[in-house]
This record gives sequence, structure tokens and C-alpha cells, in this order.
Amino acid sequence: MTETLRTRLAVVGAGPAGLAAATTAARAGLSVVLVDAGEQPGGQYWRHRPSSTGRNEHRAYHDWRTFLRLASELDGLRDGGRVHYLPATQVWFLDPPSRPGQPHVLRLSPVHGDAATRPNPVEADALVLCPGGYDRQLPVPGWDLPGVMAAGGVQALLKGHGVAAGRRAIVAGTGPFLLPVATGLAAAGVEVVSICEAGAPSAWLRRPAGLVAAPSKLVEGAGYAAVLLRRRIRYRPRTAILRIHGRDAVEAVTITRVDRQGRPVAGTERRLTVDLVALGWGFTPSLELIIAAGAETRVDLDGSLVATVDDWQRSSRPGVYVAGEATGVGGARLAVLEGELAALTAADDAGLPSMPGRTKRLRRTIRRARAFARAMHLAHPVPPAWSAWLDDETTVCRCEEVTVGDIRQARDELGADDQRTVKLLARPGMGWCQGRVCGYATACLAAASRRVLDAADLRPLAARPLAAPVSLGDLADLAGGSA
Amino acid sequence: MADELERPITLSFDGGPIPAFVGDSVGAALARAGVRSWRTTRRTGRPRGLFCGIGICHDCLLTVDGSPNQRACLVPAVDGMELRSGTWAEHGGSGGSPPGLTQRVADD
Repeated sequence: MTETLRTRLAVVGAGPAGLAAATTAARAGLSVVLVDAGEQPGGQYWRHRPSSTGRNEHRAYHDWRTFLRLASELDGLRDGGRVHYLPATQVWFLDPPSRPGQPHVLRLSPVHGDAATRPNPVEADALVLCPGGYDRQLPVPGWDLPGVMAAGGVQALLKGHGVAAGRRAIVAGTGPFLLPVATGLAAAGVEVVSICEAGAPSAWLRRPAGLVAAPSKLVEGAGYAAVLLRRRIRYRPRTAILRIHGRDAVEAVTITRVDRQGRPVAGTERRLTVDLVALGWGFTPSLELIIAAGAETRVDLDGSLVATVDDWQRSSRPGVYVAGEATGVGGARLAVLEGELAALTAADDAGLPSMPGRTKRLRRTIRRARAFARAMHLAHPVPPAWSAWLDDETTVCRCEEVTVGDIRQARDELGADDQRTVKLLARPGMGWCQGRVCGYATACLAAASRRVLDAADLRPLAARPLAAPVSLGDLADLAGGSA
Repeated sequence: MADELERPITLSFDGGPIPAFVGDSVGAALARAGVRSWRTTRRTGRPRGLFCGIGICHDCLLTVDGSPNQRACLVPAVDGMELRSGTWAEHGGSGGSPPGLTQRVADD
């Protein structure tokens, strides 16, 4: 019989939200198990070289001091036996309680190495889910060539390992995250030939309410402007990559001006030689555990499927709280606040002394940060006409090598007009990544231009009963239950 | 422990040496050495290497010390580690986890 690790609260994810949640909950008196896929705490945002925690090299990163504080609190709470921290561990299955009073069960596997050395399952009275997210991608001809990377992947190599993934780079897509990626590359000695922003940054200025609500963000934007100038990085608004060229790796890109809808403007094409392309179209929150928990979801302003939470970070399921990007993409600062609030709510719901003053202040700050996030989403939408860049040979699903032509055929000739049917007929999203990379694009292509995406389009491709690839042995154990 | 981090080590990639540091991921070490791809796709034989860089996309799979289908972006580099590139058939078909089967379960 498998031993289980019993706890009052399990926190999944040790990024900004999860670190804040785990430390706050433990200090409030709950026993905490913290499960995280990373080798070290910090998540994607506070990814750092393992040796650099005590150094100043990350001073430029925003909120680095917040990370140092949370990481040192975590150390203390671990040493005191109040947080059981499981790094390099992923949740591959979440069993919700079969009846009230039963625990949530998290089934775990190691992120790398021998799958046979399985950590014990965790049984928790309550969950704070802080799964974070990853770059949203839109396919473009040639994006499967080596040297084309998610902007977050380029950043991860830089932050985590000090490795520049190329010598001459272009950064493209939409959203404020393109800026730190470009300036980070330039600081590492990479020639950044352009940032292609499909939106228009001046759109920020048309929504001053959101900016006024978070003045430090505005200063941040101005700071980047100075760095771009100093590093001679050309910032091209309303510009997108139309094609990526190369045989066995990236050799060049063709960029084009685009109109407000994202349609290429004829005669504005220009070819640039590069060996690294960093792509990002905002972020996709990881929703599989939220869906596995049976919690309600909604479509956010940026088109992402997110968890529905109340003003205290409670999901629609009793004992399941959600914080960070999974409640709506809003950045690290907001995630920390939400993580703390989720933990205080969980402690309160568990009958521990509540902290009404602190809770009220947190909720007020969260409301302001949300207003800023909304302004960002409105300024950096996925351009509605993005599929105009594709040809029939463009790969959409990188795992199963499903092309635009395959999807269009399923849609137009076989009558599939939703993502699920397209997936059954043409197999996009059925490979290793389970549609995490191509899911959004596939849903858009399946729906064509007939309608706006709704939760019914997005939920099937975010639902993954198995949250990570597992071995048959794991499945056999699951089938055998805990007998 | 801090002294140990960033100590130079050597990995082996398809028999050739790859310099690395303690604290590197396998993917970071390969990227620093200028290796851009280490497997080919099943249907069209296209080269693949790092894409998402954070464990999501599974593009960067390779064989580590005989263990197939490891994500290069997540596996920490260890001195003397043997890395092997390959085709999908090798990775999916020889021992280890059976991707096709588990995925079908996941889809149902």
C-alpha cells in the first residue's frame, strides 16, 4: 500500500503566487505541502541561476527583493517543519473529494529522471492552485525551425543559465513581456534587430485609468524606452513576422506592417537576417488542475480561459483556492497579492483566526492591479486576422505535425466546427504537449471567423485528465486505487 | 553547496564532449555549445530542439543515460552524463514510457 502525505493545505506551484500562499498559510498555522515543478523556488518569473540567490546580479529584476524575502521565509518554515517542500515534482493527477469531508488527492511524479521513484501522493483538506502559465503562441510559416523559441524560453535560458540562444535575434508578438526579453538579450551581447509588436503601444495612453492605478508600471515602461534607445533596438509597432526562413535552422524572417486587424499591409515586407526568433502573444494560464478540481472557468479579456474566483480567491469548489495567472494574467506583483489573500482565506475557512484588516488592504490593492492588467490586455490583443499569415503547409500542432491545411480540411470538408471535432479528425493537440502550445490557435482556426471564442471552445483543450505524461505503471496504480 | 554550483563539468552528446556547469540544464548546456537540434520528427523528419524552454512543449526530448524521452530543458546536467539524440521512432518505440498509449487514455 502506498503511503500518503497528509496535510491541511497543499499549494501547487512555487512561483510568485505559490510562494506567497505557502508562506502565509504556514505562518497562519496550517500545515502546508508545497509542490513545484522547478528545481528551485521562484517559478518562471523569478527564475535565476542556482548560485545567484545571495548576489546582486538580479537587482534589475522587478520585485527581486520580494523573492528573496519569500525564499528566505520558505527556508525558515521548511527548517521548522511547517512547510513540506517538494521541488522538481509535478502533479499528474488530481482526485477531487468524492464526498464532503474527504481530502483532495494529488498524485505526483518526478519532473525528470526515473519515473519509477514516485513521490507519495498528497492528501490535503484544501488546495491553493498557483500553476502559472506559459507563452501563448500563434503559428507562422517556419516556426517549427530550430532557433525559433517561445519568448519565455529565451528568457528562461538567460535568467536561469546565462545562455543566449543566438547571436542575432528578433523578438515578436504582442505585449509588454517582449520588452524585458529584448533588453535581456541585448544585455547578454546579442544583437536584437527589432521588436515586432503587432499592437500599438500608444493604446496604453488611451486608457489612463489603468495606468494611474499602478503608477510604478508606467515608470517601468519608460525605463524600457531608455534601454531600447541605448541598445539601439528598433521597436516596430503594428508589425508582425509573416514568414520564418531556413533549412535546418532559422536564417531569416520576413516582417510586415499590419493593420489594426492584423492583416498584412501590402508593399511593407522586409527581410531580416537572424539566427534567433523569440515569439510571444501574451500568456496562456495552465488550467488543467483547476478543471480537474471541477472548478468553474471563464474567458478573460485577453481570450484566455481562467478560473472563476470570488473576491477572496475562492474557486467554485469548496476548499479550492486559485491565485496568480490562472485567475487572469496580471503579472508577478498581482500574483503575490493573490497568493497571500488565498492563504488568508483558506486559513479563515479552516477556522483559524482571521486578519480582516490585512485582507481588506490586499483586496483593494488587487483591484487596482487588476485594472492595470485589463488596460494591458486591451492594448495588446491577439490580432483578429492573424490567420491571414498562414498557408496550408504551415504546421499548427508541432507534436503531431498537423498543418493548417489539415485543420481547414476537417473544418470545411468534414464539417467540424469546434475544436473537439477538429481534434478527433485531424489530431491537433493529441501529442506530447496535449495541445498546450497549439490549443488556442486550433480553437481559433476551428471556429474560423464565424464567432468569437467562448469557454466552450477553450475548456475542452485545457482539460487534461492526466496533467503530465506518465508511465503505464502510474496508470495501473491509479486503476488499482489505493488498495 | 554554493562552491559546487557553476563548477565546470563535461557531458557527452552522441559521443562528443559538451562543456557544461553544475546548475545548467542539459538544454542550456547544448544551447551554449551551439547545438540547436537533437531529434527529428516522426512524420516529416524535421529537426527539433528547444522551443518553450520550460517543460511545456516536449520538443526538446532526448535520451539521458539510457532513459528516453527526457525534456532537455528540465534535466539538470551532471558530470559524465550521456546524452543521445534520436528520431521519434527511437524515442517513442524503445522501452520507457509509451507515449501513444498514455495519450490515448488522456484523450478519452
